[in-house]
Amino acid sequence: MSTATAAPATAAPADTTRSSFLSRIKLGRLAANLALILIVVLWTFPSAGLLISSVRDANQLSMSGWWTAFTSSTSQGASRLGSADDQVEENGQYVITGDVLPEGNLSLDAFGITSRDPGAFEAGDVVEMPQGGQLVVDETGLYRWTSAEPFDHSGGPRVYYVASEPPRFTLDNYVSVLTANGIGQSFINSLTVAIPATVVPILIAAFAAYALAWMSFPGRGILVAVIVGLLVVPLQMSLIPILRFYNGVADVFGGQAKGYLGVWLAHTAFGLPLAIFLLRNYMVGLPREIMESARMDGASHFQIFTTMVLPLSFPALASFAIFQFLWVWNDLLVALIFLGSQNTELVLTGRLINLLGTRGNNWELLTAGAFISMIVPLVVFFSLQRYFVRGLLAGSVKGG
Amino acid sequence: MEQFFNAVLAVLVALGAAGLYFWGSNWLLDNFLKSDKAASDSSTRQDRLRSSIRPWLFLAPALLFLSLYLVYPVFETVRLSLYNANGTRFVGLSNYIWAFGDGNFRQSLLNNFLWLLIVPALATAFGLVIAVLADRLWWGNIAKSLIFMPMAISFVGASIIWRFVYAYRGPDQPQIGVLNAIVTGWGMPPQNWITMVPWNSFFLMVILIWIQTGFAMVILSAALRGIPEETLEAARIDGANEVQIFFTIMIPQITGTLIVVWTTITITVLKVFDIVFAMTGGQFQTEVLANLMYSWMFRSGDFGRGSTIAVVILLAVLPIMIWNVRNANREQGTR
Repeated sequence: MSTATAAPATAAPADTTRSSFLSRIKLGRLAANLALILIVVLWTFPSAGLLISSVRDANQLSMSGWWTAFTSSTSQGASRLGSADDQVEENGQYVITGDVLPEGNLSLDAFGITSRDPGAFEAGDVVEMPQGGQLVVDETGLYRWTSAEPFDHSGGPRVYYVASEPPRFTLDNYVSVLTANGIGQSFINSLTVAIPATVVPILIAAFAAYALAWMSFPGRGILVAVIVGLLVVPLQMSLIPILRFYNGVADVFGGQAKGYLGVWLAHTAFGLPLAIFLLRNYMVGLPREIMESARMDGASHFQIFTTMVLPLSFPALASFAIFQFLWVWNDLLVALIFLGSQNTELVLTGRLINLLGTRGNNWELLTAGAFISMIVPLVVFFSLQRYFVRGLLAGSVKGG
Repeated sequence: MEQFFNAVLAVLVALGAAGLYFWGSNWLLDNFLKSDKAASDSSTRQDRLRSSIRPWLFLAPALLFLSLYLVYPVFETVRLSLYNANGTRFVGLSNYIWAFGDGNFRQSLLNNFLWLLIVPALATAFGLVIAVLADRLWWGNIAKSLIFMPMAISFVGASIIWRFVYAYRGPDQPQIGVLNAIVTGWGMPPQNWITMVPWNSFFLMVILIWIQTGFAMVILSAALRGIPEETLEAARIDGANEVQIFFTIMIPQITGTLIVVWTTITITVLKVFDIVFAMTGGQFQTEVLANLMYSWMFRSGDFGRGSTIAVVILLAVLPIMIWNVRNANREQGTR
């Protein structure tokens, strides 16, 4: 945009430079397009692999790269023809029939009778067999071995084949990962953790943010500074004391040290510094005149907060809610420590880690499971991107 | 499903309790310190008392949470780092002495240092380049959305995506990982990237760069838009080319934002846990402090050493924390 409008202004004084300048801009624009395309491809390629692999047939996935998913895959194999016991007599000829291909959707491209040259003949060719007779194999893998003399070999000779399989897509991976591998249960667990842990901090933080923004009291500046400091305190500092605290509470009052209540409270607390910070920054920017005229009319702080500030702060509340939801949904560490480690108690991230450990080579399960864990954040992200970006800007630029 | 309804119930109960607290405490304050119209003298005193109590009513729940879950644990963790494994016996600095003599710990320090050096720098640089490029192309917003997308997904999900990229199989098998397919396509033998010391740490860093670039891009893009168009126009009329404009006008104008992006990513890097945990579990010399802390805390149940490592992470974050607080205070002063 900006380069295009600049062109005439610069080119005006000397007409001779005009063409070279324009061509330079075009070249620059082409380079910019190419560079950005390259970066976008680099950035989306890994995710595309995950998404495509998750709907591929498990066998094909393990045999060929996902970038070949839309082309037929070829495979080689061998199988034995029937022995003399299988022969039947038809019109004075002895015939052995059968199928050289295994079960599945394969189609035969070529076959051979030595391992050195497995694709020597095309489907439909007539081959003289060293054991006697002629062999014909068609595209579906059915063979017909005919001879004028009766067969007398005991073990059937080997036939080698080159077969191709059309691309096959399926939702079976999702079905099996949701049911047999417990991702479905974990999905519900993640929701169970995320919803209260997102909603509860908002109200608590909003009141605190209002007090820090619009009420004057001694120590306000220090409190704001403390909250800015707490923004970056590593979570690792809290883990051991809180775990000991939970264990102590469970010892005194009975009950479980690990559970949803503990996770909800922990996530609420860990989300509060950012919530208070974001909301306070937003509330400070609300017009002072509105607040003051409301105070003149005799409205109390409580009334101003509930009837004016809270509705006006909706964009900031939405920003924080998205942040907190994504953070809690994607969290591994807090859930790992404060929630039980039984398979039925794990959230999605924890469950995926377990899958990585036990089914590390079953990419059809891992990719499907990972994609299920991403659906909710991606929907939230793409539908509410505006609020998310606004929150990021408020959280970091003003904070710095 | 029942458990899901319990969660919704918990939300309602919590909101109800919080609402009741805020409304009720205000009501109590208004009614028990009622200003008496007749005695104007005492009413102003009571008004003053009320308005000095009310902020703390608004703040109380938040302060309770913050002090129990964040402030107290900082002191408690520092204390525990001076105690033995189960926190019963004072051992002085011996946990720290152990740490600096421990090979794994030193490996983690070195790795964390490398992460700090590489990830914020590359993520910020990529983010800046993409922001500059995307702002001048009509499809720039689509590109930005796609590059921003990894910010939404979990570190665990990102790790699975990249484990698939790095997937390795023996030389006689078809390679289903992109990287090994490219390498074998060029006729070289496939590599097991995850166990390839010392380069495997860099392959893990790629994941975080992939995630954080979107963050840097969004913030820097907003900062670049804030540069007045006249400044850029003036430079162009003076004959500066785009590269000169980038280095002499754009970069100096957004230095403050660059530092903020850099430090924010630095903090993320210091706390990085999920990626290493999911990719290697700290094996093959990829250990980092956060993962080491988890190992000592949970696998070994040694709270003293776990706390010691946590304190080291805090010390690394501390300069940024102080810098942030000072900046925030300065901003408040001008308000």
